[in-house]
Amino acid sequence: MRPNWLGAYALLYLLFLYAPILLLPLFAFNDATIVAFPLRGFTTQWFGEMWENATLRRALGNSLIIAGSSAVLSTCLGIFAARASTRFRFPAKGGIMGAIMLPLVLPEIIVAMSLLVVLLSIGVTLSIVTVIVGHTLICMPYAITVLTTAFASLDPAFEEAAQDLGESKWGAFRLVILPLVMPGIISALLISFTVSLDEFIIAFFLAGNQPTLPTYIFSQLRFPASIPMIMALGTVLVLLSIVMLTIAEYFRRRGAARTGQNDRGFL
Amino acid sequence: MIEFRDVHKHYADYHALRGISATIREGEFFSLLGPSGCGKTTLLRTIAGFEDISSGAVLIDGRDMAQVPANVRPTNMVFQSYAIFPHLTVAQNVGFGLRRDRRGRMEKDRAVAEALEMVGLGGYGARAAHALSGGQRQRVALARALILKPKVLLLDEPLSALDRKMREQMQVELIKLQRQVGITFVLVTHDQEEALVMSDRIAVMFEGEIAQLDEPEALYARPVDRRVADFIGVMNFLPAEVLGDGGEVVAVRIAGLGIVEIPAAQISRAMPGDPGPSVGFRPETMTLLGAGEEPRGAVQVSRGVIDEVVYYGDMTYYDIRLEGMGEAVEPVRISMRNVFGRDVPAVGIPVRVAWSPGALVLFR
Amino acid sequence: MAARGLDREARQGLALVAPPFAYVLLVMAAPLLVMLATSLFLFKTGYREYVEGFTLANYLQVWADPIFRALMLRSLWVAGLVTLATVVLAFPVAYFLSFVVSPQRKALWLFLITIPFWTSYLIRVFLWSVILAPNGVVNSILDFFGLIERPLRMLNSVEAIVVTLSHAYAPFAILPIFVALERIDRALLEAGRDLGENRVMTFLRVTLPLAMPGVVAAALIVFIPTIGDYVTPTLIGGGRVPMIANMIQSQMLDQDNRPLGSAIAVTAMLVVAVLAAVFMALNRRFLKVRA
Ligand SMILES: Nc1ncnc2c1ncn2[C@@H]1O[C@H](COP(=O)(O)OP(=O)(O)OP(=O)(O)O)[C@@H](O)[C@H]1O
Ligand SMILES: [Mg+2]
Repeated sequence: MRPNWLGAYALLYLLFLYAPILLLPLFAFNDATIVAFPLRGFTTQWFGEMWENATLRRALGNSLIIAGSSAVLSTCLGIFAARASTRFRFPAKGGIMGAIMLPLVLPEIIVAMSLLVVLLSIGVTLSIVTVIVGHTLICMPYAITVLTTAFASLDPAFEEAAQDLGESKWGAFRLVILPLVMPGIISALLISFTVSLDEFIIAFFLAGNQPTLPTYIFSQLRFPASIPMIMALGTVLVLLSIVMLTIAEYFRRRGAARTGQNDRGFL
Repeated sequence: MIEFRDVHKHYADYHALRGISATIREGEFFSLLGPSGCGKTTLLRTIAGFEDISSGAVLIDGRDMAQVPANVRPTNMVFQSYAIFPHLTVAQNVGFGLRRDRRGRMEKDRAVAEALEMVGLGGYGARAAHALSGGQRQRVALARALILKPKVLLLDEPLSALDRKMREQMQVELIKLQRQVGITFVLVTHDQEEALVMSDRIAVMFEGEIAQLDEPEALYARPVDRRVADFIGVMNFLPAEVLGDGGEVVAVRIAGLGIVEIPAAQISRAMPGDPGPSVGFRPETMTLLGAGEEPRGAVQVSRGVIDEVVYYGDMTYYDIRLEGMGEAVEPVRISMRNVFGRDVPAVGIPVRVAWSPGALVLFR
Repeated sequence: MAARGLDREARQGLALVAPPFAYVLLVMAAPLLVMLATSLFLFKTGYREYVEGFTLANYLQVWADPIFRALMLRSLWVAGLVTLATVVLAFPVAYFLSFVVSPQRKALWLFLITIPFWTSYLIRVFLWSVILAPNGVVNSILDFFGLIERPLRMLNSVEAIVVTLSHAYAPFAILPIFVALERIDRALLEAGRDLGENRVMTFLRVTLPLAMPGVVAAALIVFIPTIGDYVTPTLIGGGRVPMIANMIQSQMLDQDNRPLGSAIAVTAMLVVAVLAAVFMALNRRFLKVRA
């Protein structure tokens, strides 16, 4: 009997996890300016408003640039770290890898504030570039987690076999390692992109007067009139993340299947 | 062909190779045999160029390999895990090393097809590599290495992942293949039977050193010390007392066998850990005599009692406690081929065994 | 045994981690050091006026400040409650995932559990204010069933913050526990049963101790970031129940007192580090099992 109780509990727990998100579409399509029950009627007005909002579009543009750049940068740096940690033994490895993974638990407010102090004191103008710098830092541990799984599942003999067959170190990397970890790389890119797209604190303090999606949303939460539109935006964003994560998961699993290791979910 | 000159390898906290000096001859099937962790793989990888040595030299065809990276050495390797690239087809795997080859596409394709034919995988080229069985992977790995016509083929326990039947079949195929291509094969294995079956010469390794390098027959009949004797096949040991050393022969008193003169050619080293001088012999060098049966040839006869019978189908092991060998010594093990229709003697029965001094090895 | 310098592998490994490590040093470690230095070598005396030179004045001011102590305690209290709630709620789910769900469906469950974590943090937090608002979901439901006369006031309270954060950090707690449970050799549990323990005792004497490294990791991974959370006190607390992050931000920017703000940040990090170290020390015997 026990498994059934546990199963029921787990389902309830899932419901708890999803409850707030399930409210999003309800209010996004609700024909009322106040976000409250009972619901009034169906409208797509809020999506239209969202579509026509120029600031929102600018925020979206900024966010896409930031998320794209941070994803590429953190994944590139992550490839170095993941490869070093899975393939090589070197002194102070634990300490170095620990430092690289630290942003995962360091409160973002600390990262944001310390960076802000430094940037201001050396006279850097805040812009989306400074946000990219910060986001690359916090996305890197996520990228490394995914990439480490991908690299660790590779038989070290693959690389040696390629060299044995006449390829240089770089040739072995390009022709064998890279194709085999490509699913992991794509997965790391998507996950970093998602993290950056959603990140608020660093963007809030380091973007200067440039809006990003989260900071724009934050600024609008103060105005009750904008909230239905934010709900519409939220619906779109949630769908977008789910699509991206599903793709990321697909690539992660494909990589796992290809190198023949057994599957373990993300993180 | 391949020469090791006092090769040492230190890992951070482990001395894995301790002064290896040996020569592997052109065209021979050479095996590195030894218990797990003795450094076989490490030594093989110094030939391939995957392991830097701490001191000494590895030469191939008289050329010092110290500055030669793995990818330009005239060696190719069959990895223990086969390392078949899972993202490529069988043909792409086999043709992997031809990328830098100047030949045209058609010629390369033909070479790949020939290599696959040679290992019995003709027509498998388009298969995805990850959809192969263990035995097929092994063949792809062989074809992929041999297509580059290396001077030396290195094989790290290539048969250990296969089941017994498949392993025996591949042993025969590998021997044939080696004769066919005529290049030097260096095989790593911890399976003494496999080494004996396949090799022209075997280097037996213990703890980073080569204990004995010899042909299989010599290794089996004349192990240089008790460790080697123990590792290769089954050997009985009986404590012995040296009575006199006449140069040509040594007189010893052997528990259970009496006083025997052993020629100098049959004397090997005792090791520091050994309990003292001892005499060893293989189970098949003693014969169990039936009731009233007379021994043939120049042999001696001893009496004993059967302590244990271990039946193996085609043959049987008899553990026999010899008269006068004492309680502290393990019974000696004798192997007899089973003859259809003849009874297998039972435990507790007094028996006579025939043996010849020529089969004894003295460790002193 | 020869003592030698770095071997080739070590050099290659170091060369390879150099770029990400340098990035972390530059973008994380250096700013943290600057922050530390700012708190130790600058003291604000007036508008844009600073005294330079080594001083502990900022730290003395921080510790003497009753607001700091109150906010730090509140942050610790909130983070502690959130940690307790997430870990206790998550354990049965992790157990279910590891022991009941069939291997083929584990990945799907994990995926479902992690998805909400990746979707707009800000909006998720805000939605809790919708749920808990006077005219929000909870009150509407209670009202519909006639259980209340006046709407319950739930927003702007520590409890609301705890609920919201517990929700936000839930997946963080499940994953480490799940991984620890997955690593348990199933034969050990059978051995426990075999040695005459019943299910409950086997759980208490075998499963739980072996899962403890995961529980400890889960606790730390929830506790540390929640202490520094900024969004939830702002949106759910409505500015009326600020936490330490809000104080750091306000000193740094609104008051423009960077030395003091830095001192608060450093102090808070030290407090958290000490607590984490004590927590790990208390659980040492569990953590050693697998070391
Ligand atoms: N990278 C390394 N660092 C430290 N020690 C190592 C390393 N690689 C191997 N060793 C040690 O060197 C010794 C020899 O290893 P090697 O792999 O050559 O053994 P082997 O004879 O091939 O054994 P097996 O039959 O188990 O494969 C072992 O004791 C092993 O623990
Ligand atoms: Mg080996």
